[in-house]
Amino acid sequence: MFKILKYSFFDLIRSRWSYVYLFFYLALGFVLLFLNNDLSKAVITLMNVIIILVPLIGTIFGVMYYYDSKEFTELLLAQPVKRASIFLGQYLGVAISLSLSLLIGLGLPFILYGLFQSSAIWDFVLLLVTGTFLTLIFTGLAFNIALYNENKIKGFSYAILLWLFMAVIYDGLFLMSLILLEEYPLDTFSIGATLFNPIDLSRILILLKLDISALLGYTGAVFQKFFGTGLGFLMALSALALWVALPLLNIYRKSRKKDF
Amino acid sequence: MERIEVIFKQIGTALRIIFLYKIVFLIACFSITTGWAKTITVCNTCDIASLKKAIAVAEAEDTIFIKKGTYKEFNIVVDKPLTIKGENFPVIDGEDQGEIIRITSDNVTIDGLFIINVGTSYTSDHAAIRVVKSEKFLIQNVVLEKLFFGIYLEKSNNGKVYHNKIIGDAQDEYNSGNGIQLWYCKNVIVGRNIVQKTRDGIYLEFSDNITIDNNISTENLRYGLHFMFSNDDVYTNNTFENNGAGVAVMFSKRIKMLNNTFHKNWGTAAFGLLLKEINDAEISGNTFEENTVGINIEGSNRITYHKNNFIRNGYAIKVLGACYTNVFEYNNFLYNSFDISYNSRINDNVFANNYWSSYTGYDLDRDGIGDIPYRPVKLFSYIVNRTPETIILMRSLFIDIIDFSEKVSPVFTPDNLVDERPKMKKIK
Repeated sequence: MFKILKYSFFDLIRSRWSYVYLFFYLALGFVLLFLNNDLSKAVITLMNVIIILVPLIGTIFGVMYYYDSKEFTELLLAQPVKRASIFLGQYLGVAISLSLSLLIGLGLPFILYGLFQSSAIWDFVLLLVTGTFLTLIFTGLAFNIALYNENKIKGFSYAILLWLFMAVIYDGLFLMSLILLEEYPLDTFSIGATLFNPIDLSRILILLKLDISALLGYTGAVFQKFFGTGLGFLMALSALALWVALPLLNIYRKSRKKDF
Repeated sequence: MERIEVIFKQIGTALRIIFLYKIVFLIACFSITTGWAKTITVCNTCDIASLKKAIAVAEAEDTIFIKKGTYKEFNIVVDKPLTIKGENFPVIDGEDQGEIIRITSDNVTIDGLFIINVGTSYTSDHAAIRVVKSEKFLIQNVVLEKLFFGIYLEKSNNGKVYHNKIIGDAQDEYNSGNGIQLWYCKNVIVGRNIVQKTRDGIYLEFSDNITIDNNISTENLRYGLHFMFSNDDVYTNNTFENNGAGVAVMFSKRIKMLNNTFHKNWGTAAFGLLLKEINDAEISGNTFEENTVGINIEGSNRITYHKNNFIRNGYAIKVLGACYTNVFEYNNFLYNSFDISYNSRINDNVFANNYWSSYTGYDLDRDGIGDIPYRPVKLFSYIVNRTPETIILMRSLFIDIIDFSEKVSPVFTPDNLVDERPKMKKIK
């Protein structure tokens, strides 16, 4: 598995797109900090970018890489290598190279602008952690989609649809249901509903550390209890971890049975 | 000749000395007849070793001078016009027995004492210093710790509470008292005090024409400053930080609130400034920074909000019904989660010439005023008002999209609530 991981990883590192991605984050980080020297403000702006862009790029990159390296995969399958290790290796190669681009691309400008002397360091670390989680989750989901669809076009459209659903449509449905059910106590429902969408989950996780915590508490004791304590934070993190693990398990399961 | 000169000189000095004696004698006579003030010194080893005894032997206008030391006394009644002065903050320890000093005479000055251990009671409001029906009092440079009520002014007028430090240790609202309380007082100046960790930092009830300036009120359980049924008061240049809620102004008229700082009143039901049933007030030059709600307004009319800064609050201004003919002009709204929240669709208030950091319009004629009106009420704040749980969706892409579409064509938010002349640059 590690051989394949290594191969995928170096293959991607040599590819143009990783650099484009890296330079995009570098540019974003520098421009943000250049326009506004306030690190904590920049963290908020970055949050908006990360929770939208990271999943998008993760899904598209994942699907693209799978279809691109399909011939190579088939070649590998003819060799005495475990199936699961082929796919997991490829997945990890993509996910790790994307995460590295994110970490380096954003980390570098912030460190140069004096992150370590700033009080925003933990907010920033949290931002990078959720960004990495999102990369892992959405690359995994993308691999799942690709494994299920032989047709490239179909695979791509499902991937885009998945992103659109998680980033926009889900929140719309969520909002509608909250308004429709406003007579009922909604605290537990809304906490539950956020756990089912990794994008929402990461957004809440970051907002808790920024401005929303007191506003959330304004609405009721359950929110306050859940989000105001370490428990909520841990729950959210473990839910994210679960979101990484489940697609991976499915890749493992599916890749063992799939015909090529 | 020389000897004669010497004799003359000697006579001259003798005459001068006699003259001086005469003056001294005259002054002495004068002071006896008019009661020239004397100074009584109190110390642990003196003849007079307690403040109570000193007050008993003192006459009106005397000064009682307390040397450094600890004096275990309570229920001290100052019933004559005295100046009580401490050297290096002598400690008056009430040993939790009850009230410590009660002033019942006019013209009393208390200066430089360190008073601790006021008794807590559920039936009477024990205070470290209580002024009852007195005029022209001055309480300054006093440090109070471990208190129930700090300085309690009761039906007393024309006095001054200046440069005191009150540090409480309040845990619960029901068994703690206020730092400085004014009840039925007029023309009192409360200046340069530091009040911490009490229930209400400064509390005014039925008190008119009070000036409150340059105080720092922090970490109080309930409010930093609290007005009830008090009219024509002014508070300026105060700092309210990290209180349960910054300032509450309730059922009062013509209050002036100028150049104060409301900072980090951050919590589930916290706000910088609460206005409830307030009419004809002026709120100018204040800074509201990082409060859950900057100003919470209920049933308040004819108020001008002028040149205030609202920075990084949850809600800058939250309006809850029945607020008419208020004017919001030349304010800066910077990076608040919500600029204005409104729970009705009727608007009778004027918003003009403010700077809004989230304004995205342009200024083609370059007159410093945006060409497109700004709508400070977002659709999302309307939704949150209706269903509070939806706040969980804050800053999501979907919310940004619906906010944008509402901005383009308002349906739910009051359509006449606009700033027709939004400033392009921050107002200084």
